[in-house]
Amino acid sequence: MAELLFWPALLLYGEAAVGYLGDARRPGVAGRAATWGVRLGWLAQTALLAVQAARRDGFPWGTWAGSLNLFVWLVVSAYLIWGCRTSYRLLGLTVMPLAAVLLVVARAGGGTGVGGARHYSNLFLVLHVGLVLVAFAGFTLAAGLSGLYLWQERRLKQRAATVLFQRVPALATLDALALRTVAWSLPALTLGIVVGAVRLVHDGDSLDALVVATLVTWLVWAAYLALRWAGGWAGRRAAYLALAGFVLVIVVRLALPASHFA
Amino acid sequence: MRLVLVGTSHHHAPVELRERVALEKDAARKLASRLAEGDREAVCLSTCNRTEVYLAAEDGDAAERDAVAALAELEPAVEPALYRLRDQAAALHLFRVAAGLDSLVPGEGEILGQVRVAHELGTTGAVLDRVFRQALHAGRKVRAQTAIGESPASVSSAAAALAAQVFGELDGRRVLLLGAGEVGEQAARSLSQRGAEIVLVANSKTGRDEIEAALGSVDVVVAATSAPELVLGAATVERALGSRRGRQLLLIDLAVPRDLDPSIHQLDGCYLYDIDDLETIVADTLSGRRREAERAEAIVATEAAKFHEWHASLDVIPAIASLRARAEEIREAELRKADALLGRLDESQRRAVESITAQIVNKLLHLPTVRMKQAAAAADGVLYAEAVRHLFGLGEDEGR
Repeated sequence: MAELLFWPALLLYGEAAVGYLGDARRPGVAGRAATWGVRLGWLAQTALLAVQAARRDGFPWGTWAGSLNLFVWLVVSAYLIWGCRTSYRLLGLTVMPLAAVLLVVARAGGGTGVGGARHYSNLFLVLHVGLVLVAFAGFTLAAGLSGLYLWQERRLKQRAATVLFQRVPALATLDALALRTVAWSLPALTLGIVVGAVRLVHDGDSLDALVVATLVTWLVWAAYLALRWAGGWAGRRAAYLALAGFVLVIVVRLALPASHFA
Repeated sequence: MRLVLVGTSHHHAPVELRERVALEKDAARKLASRLAEGDREAVCLSTCNRTEVYLAAEDGDAAERDAVAALAELEPAVEPALYRLRDQAAALHLFRVAAGLDSLVPGEGEILGQVRVAHELGTTGAVLDRVFRQALHAGRKVRAQTAIGESPASVSSAAAALAAQVFGELDGRRVLLLGAGEVGEQAARSLSQRGAEIVLVANSKTGRDEIEAALGSVDVVVAATSAPELVLGAATVERALGSRRGRQLLLIDLAVPRDLDPSIHQLDGCYLYDIDDLETIVADTLSGRRREAERAEAIVATEAAKFHEWHASLDVIPAIASLRARAEEIREAELRKADALLGRLDESQRRAVESITAQIVNKLLHLPTVRMKQAAAAADGVLYAEAVRHLFGLGEDEGR
């Protein structure tokens, strides 16, 4: 059943990615089809997660690949908040290909199937994994908004003649949304880290590479907020910093999985 | 009912002529009311680019003569510049007008509201009500499904659209206007219409300190002075950036020679557009609008075809109704004749006979009904209707 739901989700996310590319070239039908692809793909993935939750005894996304599956769902959920609006379709061009690729990676790691259980309690996994992934999904969206900001800012700097023909949110809107998204995501990451740290101290375990990388990620995003609120950072500089923070999110999500999830 | 259009527009008459036949709302309403004598319907659409009279009447020729006379009464010289369209061509013209495809600037949105007002002020019945409603629907559809009306068509509106591209909603955004000339005023008006606030209009007497102080708080600078040298240098703007805390600053230079140092554009968060940049945007916008117009034409043609189908069916519907009434009359008469025999049937059997005879009538008339509607759409509807009336003797009883 989970297998049956994985493919529609992947195909629809892929269709959305292609559709958004078509919409960037010629706004219209392709963009609408892409938005429906996101909606239906999200429904299919939601059903997949529901099946996983129903079939597995305990928290089903405690593994590296499983958490990646949940991460993709959270990213797409966050995108859906704005993605249905016409002016945010280009954001889909940055988010949906990433979602499709990560879903494939999650499947390759066995994160979209059922079976297996973790030795940690459900409450701990929900709080720790859930909060960290919510924060990472928020950071991913903030990075997407920042990427879109830099693209549109470059067009304005180049004085592109078609600058008014592409439906893109205003620079100030993108800047403010990225800030707001990070402002909501960082507390979630902080709580997730605190819950993990409590478990770490309780079990007498030591820091691993993933924990260290996550702490560095926290520092970068905390610096982002501090510089924006206290240092007067905004616009291009803030957008570059958000992209740097996102690189760390990807490193944490993809490059350092083994020891922490063992 | 024939649909008749008589009018003139910017394609056919210069402004000196158009202004003499342009009508205020009240005058347009009165003219429509005067032309809608008897069972006629009339709507008068009058804007700065066109004055058109739409009529629905049984006698199309007489209606056209009356409309021409009414417009010539306003200005005799307009008669050679009048166009006259009928039925499908008239409807298609109205649909194109409502969609902004016949406008001076393709896709301009004001015309849709003007068509709506004309419809409201007109003396309408089934035909004009239908054609105007459908035209408004087509106009809205074109605006929703194409990008024809999305971009600015003048330098001042391009400046406002750029500001919206940087800041989003312009409500509460602050504008510094350098120079009090007409060009700058137009741009300022476009910004104000979107909710921006003009906080300072600086002229040659305004102190540099005051301008520098304003630079720290404004979002948009519009420069349009007649000064022979630069009014604002990059160093001045750079000093102001410190107090702006990263907020974007859009600078619009409409002056020739330019007022603003071009190197301001290199500063972080500053976007400087001069008159050439804006004119390039407008030119691209207009060519973009023309590209979108092709898609809009297809939408309008589809909607016009729907109206034509409905309008044409008006010719045959009375004949179809008469034919069905005659058939029903015969069926009931034959049932009454057989009443003595049917009297011995119980209620369910009687209902079965009723049902069978009704089905025979319906099946016999189904194909002729469909064919008459098809013929109506192909412009042969009147001939078919006449043939049916003649073959079945419809309307002859009343004549006897």
